[in-house]
Amino acid sequence: MSNPIRVLVAKPGLDGHDRGAKVIARAFRDAGMEVIYTGLRQTPEQIVETAIQEDVDLIGLSILSGAHNHLFPRIMELLKEKEALDIKVIGGGVIPDEDIPFLKEQGILEIFTPGTSTVDCIEFVRQHVQK
Amino acid sequence: MFRNRLSEYELDLLQGLRQRKKRHLAKAITYVENNFLTSRPFMGELHQCIPPGKSDVIGITGPPGAGKSTLTGKLIQHYRQLGKEVGVILIDPTSPFSGGAILGDRIRMSESFTDTGVFIRSMGSRGRLGGLSAATQDAIKLMDAYGFDVILVETVGIGQAETEIVETADITVVVSVPGLGDDIQIIKAGIMEIGDLFVVNKADKEGAERVVTEINMMLDLAPKGSLRPPVIKTVSTKGTGIDLLAEALHRVKEQSMMSGKWKKNREERLWKELESNVSAQWGKILRESSLYANREMLLQLLSEGKTNAYSEAVSILNELRLPSDYGLKKRSFGMLQKIDHLGIAVKDLAQAVKFYHEVLGLELKGTEVVEEQVVTVAMLQIGESKIELLEPTSEESPIAKTIEKRGEGIAHVAFQVDNIEETLAQLKAGGARLIDETPRIGAGGAKIAFVHPKSTYGVLVELCEKH
Repeated sequence: MSNPIRVLVAKPGLDGHDRGAKVIARAFRDAGMEVIYTGLRQTPEQIVETAIQEDVDLIGLSILSGAHNHLFPRIMELLKEKEALDIKVIGGGVIPDEDIPFLKEQGILEIFTPGTSTVDCIEFVRQHVQK
Repeated sequence: MFRNRLSEYELDLLQGLRQRKKRHLAKAITYVENNFLTSRPFMGELHQCIPPGKSDVIGITGPPGAGKSTLTGKLIQHYRQLGKEVGVILIDPTSPFSGGAILGDRIRMSESFTDTGVFIRSMGSRGRLGGLSAATQDAIKLMDAYGFDVILVETVGIGQAETEIVETADITVVVSVPGLGDDIQIIKAGIMEIGDLFVVNKADKEGAERVVTEINMMLDLAPKGSLRPPVIKTVSTKGTGIDLLAEALHRVKEQSMMSGKWKKNREERLWKELESNVSAQWGKILRESSLYANREMLLQLLSEGKTNAYSEAVSILNELRLPSDYGLKKRSFGMLQKIDHLGIAVKDLAQAVKFYHEVLGLELKGTEVVEEQVVTVAMLQIGESKIELLEPTSEESPIAKTIEKRGEGIAHVAFQVDNIEETLAQLKAGGARLIDETPRIGAGGAKIAFVHPKSTYGVLVELCEKH
């Protein structure tokens, strides 16, 4: 068996809605990935430190609080500081279309909005992580 | 000794580890986890650069939901308050179906995520069933080399028999909770035997006191002179009892060091490590042998009953020039399978059949005239073999000559073979004198050939291949 892709599913910010994060974590698991799940209300510092220690290939951020324009760029900034920009970052949750170009400019690879199929998500991860 | 064999990537990992870079520690763990065999020289070199054995390794085990992660989280904080640096390995089960895993133990220790004196790594069990993963031992080594004072290893949530942790940790903590069953569960063999220290967590729940009593009663039955493991009550979510646990851990360590158990444990660990390295290499040699290359063919032969697992095992060991202790001969296709029949020359077939069939009670399979051999034969079944009675039909028959020369009696021994041409070739190569260089047709339409008694110590040997 090939080496499993390691993914961190993280929930930055203060909202308590983790259903989406759990659904995607489970889908990644069933796709043969090792999913590190850290629970609710994580600071960007906690997320980046976890990603580094767990040596993940990709971080999946789930956010429903509306603070993505602040938190996502902060996470990218910290990854850069730690020389860990080889870790890919994707985001999901309630994110207005008009915010997406800005987030991508910050280095977020893709944003998945409500209604995205988990199959598409898994396919995207597989395509962007070299194993 | 290994240095010149290391890749640039491995050398970079080593250097990073020496400089205590966490990114390098993390990458090194991934590297050994994904490349167990090829990373052996790297691990060897690591040993030489940074001799291990400085960290205390504490194993935390117990059933799912006992509160192991929360307890681990509290222990991290305790050791941090003492100024110690802590490495943590958390193992969760890998799905045997998808190969995926949810590694969620971290949730209970998020206070320590950004603490620079703490490094937490989650690992999937990846097919191992003993409560750890194959690379756990290596991950501990790497953390040890990095220089943590304490390494906490939390196993997967276990049942009754996953005791691998005891071969890995200096001290094993078994976490129990109220409500899991009666005292019979506690005196059973398995995990209840491996604790250097027992924790009854969720001690604010009903029944906690009973669990403590039952564990103590079990410990009372231990042989005199062995160290008695402490039993500590905790409520890990509230932090209650953590100081008592830490104190007990300290005491257990001191006692273990005094009694020599600590050292003995570590020696056992080194030995296990050596064994597992050897068996990993050995597994690789085996996977690269003809055993796996011929898998399809062997499976077919096995399922058709033409060979069996024991002779194949011997055969593969022979191929690898290793002795086997089965005491069987190497498989060889086309060689003798069993005694098919014994040929007995008789003057009067009817009388002989009467004796063998009616007096000895052998089942008569049939009689026939075999033109080519100038005989009439009767076949009688005896177990898996047969008795073949032969009466010459003319003076010219070879059987008639046998009787004339030696009287009635055993005329030949017939061996059944898989492939008569191959066996003839092998016999010829082995220097046997063949009467028939190529097979002819005998009784029942079988392919037969004779080997001269001069090569077979006085017995005419017949080979027969049946379809």
